[in-house]
Amino acid sequence: MGAGGGKGTGATTYREAMREALREALRSDDRVFLMGEDVGRYGGCFGVSLGLLEEFGPERVRDTPLSESAFVGAGIGAALAGMRPIVEIMTVNFSLLALDQILNNAATLLHMSGGQLPVPLVIRTTTGAGRQLAAQHSHSLEGWYAHIPGLRVLAPATLEDARHMLAPALADPDPVLIFEHGSLYNASGELPPPTGPVDLDHAAVRRPGTDISLITYGGSLPKALAAADELASGGISAEVIDLRTLRPLDQAVIASSVARTHRAVVVDEAWRTGSLAAELSARIAEESFYDLDAPVERVCSAEVPIPYARRLEEAALPQTADVVAAVHRAVD
Amino acid sequence: MSVARPTRTRKDPALPKSGRRTRATKGDTDAGTPARHGAAGHRTDLLESMLRIRRFEERCVELYSAARIRGFVHLCIGEEAVAVGVNATLTPEDAVVSTYREHGHALARGIPAEAVMAEMYGRTTGCSGGRGGSMHLFDASRRFYGGNAIVAGGLPLAAGLALADRMRGQEHVTCCFFGDGAFAEGEFHETANLAALWNLPLLFLCENNLYAMGTALERHEAQTDLAMRAASYGMVAWAVDGMDVEAVERASRRAVEGVRAGAGPHFLELRTYRFRAHSMYDPDRYRHKAEVERWKERDPIALLTDRMRENGELDDGEPARIEQRVADGIDHAVEAAERAPEEPVGHLLHHVTSSPAEAVS
Ligand SMILES: Cc1ncc(C[n+]2csc(CCOP(=O)(O)OP(=O)(O)O)c2C)c(N)n1
Ligand SMILES: [Mg+2]
Repeated sequence: MGAGGGKGTGATTYREAMREALREALRSDDRVFLMGEDVGRYGGCFGVSLGLLEEFGPERVRDTPLSESAFVGAGIGAALAGMRPIVEIMTVNFSLLALDQILNNAATLLHMSGGQLPVPLVIRTTTGAGRQLAAQHSHSLEGWYAHIPGLRVLAPATLEDARHMLAPALADPDPVLIFEHGSLYNASGELPPPTGPVDLDHAAVRRPGTDISLITYGGSLPKALAAADELASGGISAEVIDLRTLRPLDQAVIASSVARTHRAVVVDEAWRTGSLAAELSARIAEESFYDLDAPVERVCSAEVPIPYARRLEEAALPQTADVVAAVHRAVD
Repeated sequence: MSVARPTRTRKDPALPKSGRRTRATKGDTDAGTPARHGAAGHRTDLLESMLRIRRFEERCVELYSAARIRGFVHLCIGEEAVAVGVNATLTPEDAVVSTYREHGHALARGIPAEAVMAEMYGRTTGCSGGRGGSMHLFDASRRFYGGNAIVAGGLPLAAGLALADRMRGQEHVTCCFFGDGAFAEGEFHETANLAALWNLPLLFLCENNLYAMGTALERHEAQTDLAMRAASYGMVAWAVDGMDVEAVERASRRAVEGVRAGAGPHFLELRTYRFRAHSMYDPDRYRHKAEVERWKERDPIALLTDRMRENGELDDGEPARIEQRVADGIDHAVEAAERAPEEPVGHLLHHVTSSPAEAVS
């Protein structure tokens, strides 16, 4: 553990990339501090902050009681008073106990105060299923947060974004939520050296293609890429778009991709009904209707609380095969 | 329905009744002796400040009836001693977090009546630019952080303000007002524990007016001794007669000193009463008129006026002069608000994010 992760020296994991981002933030700005349940002595419930307590001490790597509302709200207050807090909520499922603070304070104070009170807060949390953790630890609720004006919502899906999204998030004067998909922490690879500041406004084309656009983010990106591989061997060229930022959405990248491919599949691990996938489909219908050669397809989780049993969980979640099938529906 | 009686309030004791970490306090501990700031001039200030709040809110009722102001409007008439007594003990660098019943807190904090009135009118000159209204008064320059209409929602925020001040080595105190109803919320208990655990410079100011909307204290709390329960978190806590502005000031001064000295969060249960309904919408059917009338016998403004008269500190013309000054100020605020500009609809999406306009609609 604790591999550098910043310089392109050997393999690094998503977890280490995130940790290195935290370390850099704590080093470079004494207004930054990290707080949350078990971020200190335990090292973070997913091991992300391991070693940071020893390096920065208990004032700046701050274990909190099990009080999501109080410590998220305390992060908001500290941000108002000039600090740059990073608040970790163990998983998005528990963020619901702090939803009041996130929506009614963090997202709203700037507006209610007539522009006097920006809230430069970063909240990190884990999202997603796939590890047989059952219904109360597996949901993908980032789309709910993407519903809220005043928030920026990020979903780093790659090592680069895990490593480099935090700094611009901290520089943002407004609240930023970072959703880390639990299945990504062990993803590893070579982290390329930084090519300049990472922007938070644009979606990325992770794989160019000409026949269909696969629009996805976070933990579903590897599945979409795997589907594109499989489709390529069957002669279908799929373009894979990683949204990166779920609010505000990068409408331009989506529209220009669909203008080229004329077909779109949205892949989103959240439930289909009233979802981000629904929003994306609606926008494509609004903006790209005359470019489309087929109806937009959606691959989402089944409308069921995520079950524990492995085969049921797998059946509930979008899988590579589901993406491939959706593409065939659109293309054939 | 049992009828709450004003006699249940008691004078703030010389020592915290139920604080676990009781500290020896210097001076100002004897409720019977004149307070340090007991000069007649200071009492006159307190009187004028309470009267300004009272008359401001009475004007709000008129303006509301005339449909000049709208929305939810919660009056603190009857509770002015709390706002004024506490604010008299704060420095400009201290922070204040409040509720939707905050006209008094805002005015006592020094936010000009014009800015508050303009906010009620929804005008650009309002202290929140017209985006907040009665329940969301803000003034960053006075460290007045709202105006929160989620019951107990301001408490975690206040803990964070206090934490930031502590981490930056500033000896500021953050004061958080909330009601007896908020005491039942998890956010209060989470924040009380966190503040005590981290020894935060936070002053909890529980305005116990015996009702959460229409639900009487004994119908929403299993144990109604709120100070005692707060003390169980390991903070100094005691109950104060919230109708006596000087008692409030003494208690608040002692608590603020304790917080500033690093003794951790303190909690004051300010026993008070609202003379008016919960909000302009409330037909006030859940309490007896006789109960309200009994509490009015302890009107904080009358209480102080009588005391000053007994002391020979108010000559016969003084009350009229104060009334006139207050009325002039409010007239001016109303006139200014009536003339103030409304924000163009083209600005609708301003202040959603700090950048001029969000990238997507
Ligand atoms: C979380 C939440 N629940 C319910 C309400 C509706 N509500 C507004 S004020 C109030 C009563 C609060 O009573 P208390 O805390 O005693 O304050 P008071 O109004 O007496 O000053 C209620 C239930 C709300 N605004 N927020
Ligand atoms: Mg009350």
